[in-house]
Amino acid sequence: MLKRVHFEPSLLPYLLVLPQIVITIVFFVWPASQALYQSLLVEDAFGLSTQFVWFENFEELFADPHYWDAFQRTFLFSFLVAALSMASALLLAAMADRVIKGSGFYRTMLIWPYAVAPAAAGALWFFIFDPTLGVMPYILQFFGYEWNHKIYGNEAMALVIFSAAWKQIAYNFLFFLAGLQSIPKSLIEAAAIDGAGPGRRFWTIIFPLVSPTTFFLLVVNVVYAFFETFGIIDALTSGGPANATQILVYKVYNDGFVGLDLGGSAAQSVILMGIVIGLTVVQFRFVEKKVSYQ
Amino acid sequence: MIENRPFLKFIEHLVLILGVLVVAFPLWMTFVAATHDAARMGQVPLPVLPGPHFFRNLDVVLNEGLWGGDGSGVGYMLVNSMIMALLIAFGKIVISLTSAFAIVYFRFPFRMGFFWLIFITLMLPVEVRILPTYEVVAKLGMLDNYWGLTVPLIASATATFMFRQVFLTIPDELLEAARIDGAGPFRFFKDILVPMSRTNIAALFVILFIYGWNQYLWPLLVTTDQSMYTIVMQIGRMLEGAEEAPQWHLIMMTALLSVIPPVLVVLFMQKLFVQGLTETEK
Repeated sequence: MLKRVHFEPSLLPYLLVLPQIVITIVFFVWPASQALYQSLLVEDAFGLSTQFVWFENFEELFADPHYWDAFQRTFLFSFLVAALSMASALLLAAMADRVIKGSGFYRTMLIWPYAVAPAAAGALWFFIFDPTLGVMPYILQFFGYEWNHKIYGNEAMALVIFSAAWKQIAYNFLFFLAGLQSIPKSLIEAAAIDGAGPGRRFWTIIFPLVSPTTFFLLVVNVVYAFFETFGIIDALTSGGPANATQILVYKVYNDGFVGLDLGGSAAQSVILMGIVIGLTVVQFRFVEKKVSYQ
Repeated sequence: MIENRPFLKFIEHLVLILGVLVVAFPLWMTFVAATHDAARMGQVPLPVLPGPHFFRNLDVVLNEGLWGGDGSGVGYMLVNSMIMALLIAFGKIVISLTSAFAIVYFRFPFRMGFFWLIFITLMLPVEVRILPTYEVVAKLGMLDNYWGLTVPLIASATATFMFRQVFLTIPDELLEAARIDGAGPFRFFKDILVPMSRTNIAALFVILFIYGWNQYLWPLLVTTDQSMYTIVMQIGRMLEGAEEAPQWHLIMMTALLSVIPPVLVVLFMQKLFVQGLTETEK
């Protein structure tokens, strides 16, 4: 943590941490405590008077079926984004780990979506799935399927899940590939000599050995789906149709900035903070574990 | 290679090629849309091969502006995005380097307190505290300028932890030697620590540049003045307008412009990018 040898105590270390600490207090700690405080207040529609109401905002939220819907939707969304993105990334990484020729090319061609802004990713898929002009609805129509995510909530959900998973494949691919490449080749060779085919080797040796990576990625993907997909959803569906794609983060924004329900939005922020803290704790405990195993 | 199975080899390449195609498909369609004119982009089926209007569209988007903008093109938005991305990346690196230096090389009261305070930022993404953060920024008069766009995003536990990790691997003997030679803290920081963490700084810079360039929600909230818009924000605005009269060739050209700089960074600095991604895995 601290170096055995260090500099004499002086004012200098305080000056060195000052910028970071000031920014943290002004833009992180203060707003977060404001959210905590506001979540206990009710303000009238004109912002003229506020009243301290204890946990009424939370009670109201938990009594609101729309909030529970958003909760469920968020979990479904996160789970499907993580599952879809990780499964395809693992498949591609397992293949890339085996090929010798062209693996550099494949890697380059699979990691660039990481750099695409979520909102831009939304625009790209918006265009492809546009119900009147898009390529995919045009193709689907030959199979007798009428695609319109602007009307059907399920299709809108499928579209945001697909777009969010697409963007995250790059990240998952890189980590899976690194995990696969760190497995000693002698293990695989021994299994091959014992007569295990490629499929069997994958499920009995390779897959269990990348499970730390899988778990780490699961947490990262859930955090991503929870908090970093705002741009994708805003660009693609704006939470619609009829709130079908409104996940928790989108609802905080919508209720706060569009609905101007400050207390309700703050209470939702507080709940989300609880979720992030929980996920961060899980992540850190896991990272510690990974270090001690090595 | 453990065994030779030609059929399996074929499957491997097939899966990878399909993966590459699926991943690249939206970008290809975006590029194709940006090379056609309005008339062609209004006809079903849409083209899948590029047309001749790329430079004409580029000119319109950059210089003439389009519906949904203020009529002066999106060139300045690219400049805004670039300034924002660079300020965020530089800012995060500088304040994280100095705080990691203080925490690792000095013993002072509240050292661990500061460390945990920095740690907190990891748990509070801007999305969960947008409204109160917006209020703070508004009160400080930071709306519609580069300060408001960048400073609230600059605190970074991830970068501080990474530099702390790097500094801890630097041998103590270096500091002893430097002190014997009469170097003070500044000299040591400038001539030994920073040069020794050069590749880490570069790797982090790549990740942070992409992070800064791709910001969407925050610029959307703190800018109302068109001259402060960023290119990523503009995409969202144009899509809203697309409900009535989509000008897909221009929208997709704008999307292409917003995607190209960070993608080029990833492609040309791939090694640093991968290093940065794995080092900042928290």
